[in-house]
Amino acid sequence: MYHVAYFLDQLINGVTLGAIYGLVAIGYTMVYGIIGMINFAHGEIFMIGTFVSLIVFLLLGLAGGVWLPLAILIVLLAAMLFTAIYGWTLERVAYRRLRASPRLAALITAIGMSIFLQNYVQLLQGARNKPLPPQITGGVEVVNTSNRAGEAYAVSLSYLQMLIIVLTIVLMVVFTVLITRTALGRAQRACEQDRGMAALLGINVDRTISLTFVIGASLAAVAGLIFMLRYGATDFFVGFLTGLKAFTAAVLGGIGSLPGAMLGGLLIGLIEVFFAGYFNLEYKDVATFTVLVLVLIFRPTGLLGKPDIEKV
Amino acid sequence: MAATIPHAGRPVDRRGILIELGGTALVVFALTISLVGFHIKDISGGITLDLRIVDVVSAVAIALVVRGWMILMRHGYYRVVTISAGAVAAILVVSLLFGGAGVQFYMPFKAKLLQWLLAILSTGFAIGAALRMARDGRTAVAEDDGAASDKQVALMDRVGAQVQRNALWIGGFLFAAAACFPFMPGVNLQYLDIGVLVLTYIMLGWGLNIVVGLAGLLDLGYVAFYAVGAYSFALFASPDSPLLQELGLTEGISFWLCLPFAGLMAALAGVALGFPVLRLRGDYLAIVTLGFGEMIRVTLLNFYSLTKGPDGISKIPPPSLLGYSTESKMDEETLENTTEFHTAMGWEFDQADTTVLLYFVILAMALATNFFTVRIRKLPVGRAWEALREDEIACRSLGINPTNTKLTAFGLGAMFGGFAGSFFATRQTFVSPESFTFIESAVILAIVVLGGFGSQIGVVVAAFLLIGLPEIFRELQEYRMLFFGGSMVLIMLWRPAGLLAHREPTIRMHRRKARGGRAEAGGAA
Repeated sequence: MYHVAYFLDQLINGVTLGAIYGLVAIGYTMVYGIIGMINFAHGEIFMIGTFVSLIVFLLLGLAGGVWLPLAILIVLLAAMLFTAIYGWTLERVAYRRLRASPRLAALITAIGMSIFLQNYVQLLQGARNKPLPPQITGGVEVVNTSNRAGEAYAVSLSYLQMLIIVLTIVLMVVFTVLITRTALGRAQRACEQDRGMAALLGINVDRTISLTFVIGASLAAVAGLIFMLRYGATDFFVGFLTGLKAFTAAVLGGIGSLPGAMLGGLLIGLIEVFFAGYFNLEYKDVATFTVLVLVLIFRPTGLLGKPDIEKV
Repeated sequence: MAATIPHAGRPVDRRGILIELGGTALVVFALTISLVGFHIKDISGGITLDLRIVDVVSAVAIALVVRGWMILMRHGYYRVVTISAGAVAAILVVSLLFGGAGVQFYMPFKAKLLQWLLAILSTGFAIGAALRMARDGRTAVAEDDGAASDKQVALMDRVGAQVQRNALWIGGFLFAAAACFPFMPGVNLQYLDIGVLVLTYIMLGWGLNIVVGLAGLLDLGYVAFYAVGAYSFALFASPDSPLLQELGLTEGISFWLCLPFAGLMAALAGVALGFPVLRLRGDYLAIVTLGFGEMIRVTLLNFYSLTKGPDGISKIPPPSLLGYSTESKMDEETLENTTEFHTAMGWEFDQADTTVLLYFVILAMALATNFFTVRIRKLPVGRAWEALREDEIACRSLGINPTNTKLTAFGLGAMFGGFAGSFFATRQTFVSPESFTFIESAVILAIVVLGGFGSQIGVVVAAFLLIGLPEIFRELQEYRMLFFGGSMVLIMLWRPAGLLAHREPTIRMHRRKARGGRAEAGGAA
């Protein structure tokens, strides 16, 4: 019974971590799909999302007690808005002029932006870890058993984890509808296929690309809020590893594929948590990257990606 | 883009300008209100918020002024820009230089650095506008911004071409300057240390240039090979190393013996990594190498029994010289029977002498790297690298094995990284995983890319700009990485192919055709 309970515990943790990776991975995969560049600074956008969430939480706290669900909603919307503006500015300032340049130039610019944003936040907010006291407490007990030493071992699904899962699913549905059913989604997919042709057919390519960055950044902001609620602390460096793993997730799912990004995020989250839980905590990052290398060797297009045919 | 109106006096789209200014103000406000406007402050038992509204307002105001200048420039009001920007610059510079505490109230920012930045920015605007004004007066031909920036690009292209043509002379001069540097008057230990550091990065840049510049493989984990080199030397040379203690040795192996070994280990690591991943396309390869770099660092951090984890390995000896030790006998653990170089020569021990020795060691190593690269470009394998960089499919159809060719580039690049790593270990006398973070890889890659892919002199220029300058302005330490990231972006936006980029094929089958294109296409309207 203990084994099942332990497994269940890891599973819940893995899914919540996977939700964060998946939401960030969508930003990578969308940008890669539409302009073919790795937006290396996307992890930093996530980091800015954590900071904005923290600031708005503190503001609400200073303003007096706000009903918790309302508070969460306000934080969510504010974080999405302000982080999206960072995403928009990033594209407008750094990437737009480099669209026709070699891929390497865009990647170097993205790395430069990533370093810049990290240090910008560090200078403004200090290098120290910023804690947020737990906002949502309590949960439902799923299994109650005892571990090998005979101590009580309860697995519970906390309200926070339920919120995370529900929030992610809702966002996924909204997002899928946005991409498959709306004019914006059609424009976005058209630009992905052929930017020149889309422009000839009257699609505002610049605006579509900007909106892609805005959507990616607001999803990263949601991930940032989830991260803040779940782990309760942030600093200027959290974006680096999270971004790297989210990118790994995007590649694992097949870069350019939106369901793939979510699936990849989920898998990376599960792999990380299970590896840490069953084997070795210190080497969990090594495990993640090993998965990345293995996927790229045996299935370079990822799990759900379309094969990339190179034409001469 | 909005329609450009080249001359002042014509009707100006006031509404468009207002929207543009309003948009700028709104975006800057939204960007700054969250992260600048509220400072998360630590208090006892928790955190609270600090309001910094003045900074937000000044940021918005400055963005408005700068955007206003840009609009005025676009519409040809050069005189207004010259006068206003000049006035702002003059007021700022004068008060920064001569003002006491009283000037603080009209200064937009608290940090002195930002004031200087604004001063430089407005000076730039004033000079730019004045130049345009002078040119307009002379030729009476209005040119739009595009043509001007195209001219600049053409200028830098010509500089790049000139540099490449005269590489031998420039290289010779640089070498002479580098060789004389330690003996020049006014060069103290601090400058010498910076020189050693810059040379280390030049060597790393040249090593990575084989991979990135010649073979066109984007490697974001070069620091892994640097780390392998540093640790292979540290493990065999330091009496502190767990490996030597395990083997029961009290004295390490000399630097010169270890150097080839460290290079070999790094090359092996390069081949081992490269073998599975080199089939991948450019940016996938970049991320996998990044992941590999992180894997090596995490392993070094956690493999405590071999690497002592975060504690690192200390007491790494400096390189010996002609068989003599170059340490002072401050350390009791140094064996009795070694003779120090300074004793043999009858000199007093001086810390600067060790640094001079290190300087020449790294100079020789860097030059060896350069010589190797320059020569191997002319060998079949070097030509295959460049061909592969230009067109992989064509290469494959000509019978070049892409994987093996890439593997040689990867392995050789890694080898030089390993050499540089063991030099790093002997210079620092201490290695720990902290020195091998991703940021190091980014710095080395930035040196290669900013210098212009494949340009050996470009690497030198970029290493000076990125490593030398920030080291000299040490007091601005906290802003160093901010500028580093910012300048990476700006240089890439300005010159997407790198500062001294000028690609000419190593061999040419036919005579060179007249170069048309950009410079003419963007000429005077």
